[in-house]
Amino acid sequence: MIDASKILPEQLKTDYPKFNPGDRIKVHVKVIEGDKERIQPFEGDVISIRGAGLNKTFTVRKLSSGVGVERIFPFNSPKIAKIEIIREGNVRRAKLYYLRNLSGKAARIKGKTT
Amino acid sequence: MSGLLGQKIGMTSVYNEKGDLVPVSVIKAGPCKIVSIRTKEKDGYHALQLGFGEKKEKRVSKPVLGQFKKNELAPLKVLREFKFSSEQEFKIGDEINVSIFAEGEKIKVRAKSKGKGFQGVMRRHGFGGVGGTTHGQSDRLRAPGSIGASSYPSRVFKGQRMAGRMGHKNVTISNLKIFKVIHEQNLILVRGAVPGAINTIVELLKR
Repeated sequence: MIDASKILPEQLKTDYPKFNPGDRIKVHVKVIEGDKERIQPFEGDVISIRGAGLNKTFTVRKLSSGVGVERIFPFNSPKIAKIEIIREGNVRRAKLYYLRNLSGKAARIKGKTT
Repeated sequence: MSGLLGQKIGMTSVYNEKGDLVPVSVIKAGPCKIVSIRTKEKDGYHALQLGFGEKKEKRVSKPVLGQFKKNELAPLKVLREFKFSSEQEFKIGDEINVSIFAEGEKIKVRAKSKGKGFQGVMRRHGFGGVGGTTHGQSDRLRAPGSIGASSYPSRVFKGQRMAGRMGHKNVTISNLKIFKVIHEQNLILVRGAVPGAINTIVELLKR
């Protein structure tokens, strides 16, 4: 797959807040229902950031009534209205897939102490 | 003008106006030069011969080089003929670029498909193979089965589908929608896949 950021540079978002794997973020997603548009937040931990340019994506994991839910967002999607960083995490890895095998207290990410 | 020559760059995905990701093929199309014009009076049909891509002069054979020299053109890599309606006026040496195509237009794309080499009957023609794996049966799983009856006709019919070379054929895909035309970079983004490997020469045809 070729990176289209040189072909269609106007599709690249530049006003993004910087976040890293391990951070807890709130993604405000635009949802279109019929002819109405509303914002639906998705809050969770970033467990992976991959790709580059227009193909860059990040994965957010959260627990929804005891069930793990992961959502992969394209970085430059026009459907993302806003991203809020709730808490910065202190992790040693770039991909936090090990969290899938952990539960309860062990699945928490320690916050950054400044 | 009915078509243009280009080169496949590859595939990617971009956002459409709704914000959805759509798969697109990127084609570097033109600019093409008119190398010669076929006319009804001289050749029996109307067509423009378009040339695309650079080629070193020493790599062109002398008879072909003479065709370029006659009209004071630099040698071009690929030459193909495209139909055109006789009302339009064209001159040899004129440049044709992506502006003949519009966004949202549906086109045909023709190119040489990727060569697959010598392939069996299952991959090449979608045969099902022979029977199951049990009851003592061995090495018949991907076999073509019977290729004909016995006493009549005592031969194999012409056109019987068998294993052989697959791919590297001209393939035309029709009704491909143009997602975007980028004039500054001579690029056309076409929704969906286009035959051939990266760098394959493609023909873009108006319907």
